[in-house]
Parts: sequence; C-alpha cells; structure tokens
Amino acid sequence: MTESTAVTGGLATGPSRSGAGTGIAERQARRRRRDRIRRWSWGVPLWILALVFLLPFAWMISTSLKPDLEAFRIPMQWIPDEPRWENYTEVLFGENSILVAFWNSVFVALLRVLGELTTATLAGYAFAKLRFPGRGKVFIAYLATSLIPAQLLLVPRFVYFQELGLYDTLWALILPGMFTVLGTFLMRQYFVSQPDEFAEAARLDGAGEFQIFSRIYLPNATSMISALAILTFVWSWNDYETPLVFLSSPETFTLPMGLTNFTDENGAMAAGLSMAAAVISIIPILLVFLVFQRRFVRAMTESALK
Amino acid sequence: MSTAQTRADGLGAPPDPRGPTARGRRSSGRAPSDPKPIVGWLFIAPNLLGVLAFTFIPLVSVILLSFTEWNLVSGFGGIDFVGLDNFLAVFQDPTFWRSLVITILYAGVAVPLTLVVGLALALALNRDIPARGLLRAAFFVPYIVNIVAIGMTWQMLLDPSAGLVNQFLGVFGLEHLPQWFASSYWALPALILVTIWSQAGYANLIYLSALQDAPTQLYEAARIDGAGRWASFRAITWPSLLPTTVFLLITLFVGISQTFGMIALITNGGPGASTTTLSFYMYQTSFQFYRFGYASAVGLVTFVGIFAIMLLMWRAQRGRALHD
Repeated sequence: MTESTAVTGGLATGPSRSGAGTGIAERQARRRRRDRIRRWSWGVPLWILALVFLLPFAWMISTSLKPDLEAFRIPMQWIPDEPRWENYTEVLFGENSILVAFWNSVFVALLRVLGELTTATLAGYAFAKLRFPGRGKVFIAYLATSLIPAQLLLVPRFVYFQELGLYDTLWALILPGMFTVLGTFLMRQYFVSQPDEFAEAARLDGAGEFQIFSRIYLPNATSMISALAILTFVWSWNDYETPLVFLSSPETFTLPMGLTNFTDENGAMAAGLSMAAAVISIIPILLVFLVFQRRFVRAMTESALK
Repeated sequence: MSTAQTRADGLGAPPDPRGPTARGRRSSGRAPSDPKPIVGWLFIAPNLLGVLAFTFIPLVSVILLSFTEWNLVSGFGGIDFVGLDNFLAVFQDPTFWRSLVITILYAGVAVPLTLVVGLALALALNRDIPARGLLRAAFFVPYIVNIVAIGMTWQMLLDPSAGLVNQFLGVFGLEHLPQWFASSYWALPALILVTIWSQAGYANLIYLSALQDAPTQLYEAARIDGAGRWASFRAITWPSLLPTTVFLLITLFVGISQTFGMIALITNGGPGASTTTLSFYMYQTSFQFYRFGYASAVGLVTFVGIFAIMLLMWRAQRGRALHD
C-alpha cells in the first residue's frame, strides 16, 4: 500500500498504519525511502517533459552546425558528422555580418535602460513621495495610458518619425523606449512602500529634495532598479515589431531583424546560417537570465502582479 | 484574504493615486518643511514630456486620423476629413469580420490552453523534486527568446515534408500528416501550438509565485478531515489561485490577441488570410496598403473591443470575489 501511494505521490501522506510494532528508526528509514521514491517519480517525467520543451533549441544548435542542405535530411541527424563551425564565422564576419545588428541591439538596449531608469525612478519617486498639485490627475492619466497597446500608436509614430528625420535611425527605437508608463508605475509602487520618515528627517536637516532622492531613497532601491533594468533590456533585445516598421536599411537593423537576412540564392531562408545567427542572438538573454535568475524572475512577477 | 487577492485586484482598481501617505495625514496644509510644488513637477518632467511626445500625442493623432482618409504619399495636404465613414466601413468590411473571427479562435483556444499547461506545470514544479530550480528555468526559456529565432525554428520544425515534427508523426504510420503553416486549415493550429509553447513558461512562473501564498495550514486541516488530493485542490488551491487565474486570463488575452511578430514572420497572414488576425490586418492596412485613416479606425475598434472584454473578465472575477 505504501508503495502505491509513493508512486502516485498523493498529497495526503497519511500516517503509516503498518508500522504499529516497528521501531522508530526503522519507520523513519522507510519514510525517507518513500520520500525519495516520490521525489524521483515526479522528477523523472518532468525532466523528460522539460527536455521535450527544449528540443527546438537542441534542433536550433544542431542545425546551426550543418550545411544548409543537410538541415532537412531524413532522418534527422542530431550530431553532424563534421560540425560546420564556418556557419558561425560566416554569420559573424561574413558578408551579412550580424555584428552590426548585434552592436545596434546593444546600443539601443543600453540607452533604453539608462533612459528608462533615469526618467522612471525620478517620476516614480515624485508620484510616491512628493506632494504637488495635479499629481493625482496626472497619475490617473498615466494609468489610463498604460492600457494602450503600442501597436495602435505605430501609424502616428511612423508619420512623426518621418517628419522629424528619425525614421530609419536607431533613435526611433530608443526614444519611445526611454519614457515608459509601466516603468514609472513599477518604481512608484516600490517607493510607496518606503517610509516617509527619512525624507522628513532629512528635510528638517535642510537637505534638498534631489539629495533626499539620490542619497537616501535611490540607494535602497537597487533591487527594484535592477529588476526594471532587466525587464527593459529583455523587451528591447527581443523587440521585432518596432524595428520592422521604423527601420528599412540593413545598417540600422537590430538583431531580430538581422536574423532574417540570411537567405540562399532562391531567396529562401538559409537554415544553417539563420540558426547560427539565432543561437548568437539568444546567448545574451540567456546569460542575463542565468546570472540574474532570482532578480529576473522577480522582475517578471513584479511587473506582472503590480 | 491572500496577498494574491490584493495583488490581482490592484490591476484593475488603481490604488489611491495620491498614495497611502497622502491620505489622512496632514490634511490641514503643507508643513513648513514640505517641498515646493514645482519640485514634484520637475521630478516627473523628463518622463512626462517623453510620454506626452511619444504616447499621448500619437494617441490623439490616431483618434483624429481615424476620421480621415489619408495615404502618406499625398502629404499632409492630402488628409481628407471623412467623418464616421471609416468606422462605418470597418463594420461592413468582410476582412475585418473574418480577422475578428480568426483572432477570437486563436486567442480563445491558445489562452485557456496556455493557462492549463502553465497551471499543471506549476503544480508539478511546486513539489519537492530533484533540481527543481533548473527545471523551472527550463520551462521558462522559450518565453524569453526573441520571436524571430523562435519563429524561424518552428517554421522549419513544422515543415510539412522534412520537418522534425512530421518525421516524428510519420513514425506512427499516419497517412495524412498535418501540413501546418503550409495549409490554410492547419496554419492556425500551428500558430496556437507555438504560442502555447512560448507562453506557458510565463503562466507557469506567475502561478508558481501565487502558489507560494497558498494557505498551507488549510491543507493540513483538509488532510485531517480525510480529503483527497483532488478534493483539496478544488476546495483550497483552486479558489486561492482564482485571482491569479483571472489576472493571467486578462494579460494572456491582451498579449496573445495582439500577437504580431510570429504572423508577420512565418505566415504573413496566410495561407489565404487564414492567420490574418486583427493586429496583422491593422499592420497590413497601414504599412502594406498605406491606408492610414482606415487603419487607425481598425486599430481603435480593435482596441476598444479588447478593452471591453478585459473589463468584462475583470468584472466577472470581482463579482465572484465579492460573492465569496
């Protein structure tokens, strides 16, 4: 009976009825073993499922090391006989080098993160900690604006960027990304949770408002700030729609656009090169994710649940 | 109730915009040490100016544009005011209705399935299993990878003749293998499949964090009362996850109904308009046909529709929460 519950891993563990006459040590040993079986009986199927989930990435890597023609050979060969590392050198240093797009992406992401952090912390702090006439009204307007999908704004932005000469420049991606409502909202939620007493005490000591913000509240907010930085970076790095609309020449392409540049002589996607480029485009995000995993997850849940 | 409750409520019911500190305390006026009003405005100015320029003015423009007929080529002089014509045309446009149906089908299937997969994974990953942290990360990876890499990969995986998926299905001797993105019948299911794969990790993550707040003492009590696993899930876990579920329902619906990248990349709305969702139709009318006025009207109608559905979902949840 104990075995079967262990395998199904019931929520109700129930006291062991068979152990009436056995010693405590023996009973504990049995429970430990049962727990171990239960852990693995859930763990193994989940691991298999996770591998299936990740299979497309394995395919991506495998294909990135093959000549284009072999990508679709039947049956699929997971480990190519001769890994074609040239795909990577070609993608990095060849004719359509992805490095330009890579640096464009880095440039856009860095400026967006910097701008977003600056404007969002200042505004978020003001909405949370400074009292000024009109604050409530502006904040309500912000909340309402936050519900508008960026998609709806593409047409007017497109027109304005053309008029302002920003079309087909990286600034068309950077500028709107530097001033966001969501970032301000996240920072405001954080600062609201901080006590007012610091500011009051500092004010009595004659500290200026910007000093109070930058010396007292900002240093305490590092975890929220890094969460926002991670979020902004990920959005910026993966954005495909905005560059598709606002960029037209390959020199300005960011990575997601640059990935679509690898075609064979028939204009079809060149599998090996495209996948090598795709792998390269994923690495920075994966690194951010693995290195800052805890903060990353926090950033995701915070932005979702606040 | 639980923290999850208040969190999810915070989504629709904005907290007091003046913040908790502004209420009650010092209502009689400014204390002598209070900052001057201008300081607050200076703090929000950089963000506010940017939001005005890049969000607010475009928003007003898109509303104005929706009452005009204009293609960019004719210059600003070519803007014709046409009143409500665009909106009337939207409602008589068979492509609009078709796109609406496709959007509803797409989101209507993909959203609940994403929720179910995410919840099932979260319940399983909430147990004590070996290398749990790594497992959780594994399911999340598809969500953080850019849509182009994902789209290109799945396009090839789902290739009707040489793709890995059909190779696998062929092993079972199936006669008529799905043609996926190559057929107007299978393209939408293929899109749904990839969407679930990429979004489930997000639902999983949110559910996992909600499960941290699950009332553990109640499980103990339920066990003593002899409740089985299913019974305690229905009586305890599910109700405590309800606000999170509604939250996910809303955010996934909003996000998935706006899916654009994958469609633009893989199907370009086809084959035969079978994957032309409203958001893709909007893109087509504006940036392929350059009908800016009409596209603005399509966009506004779509957005108002999505917003209304969102509001309905939120209301339904709130009614239920009050009922409890």
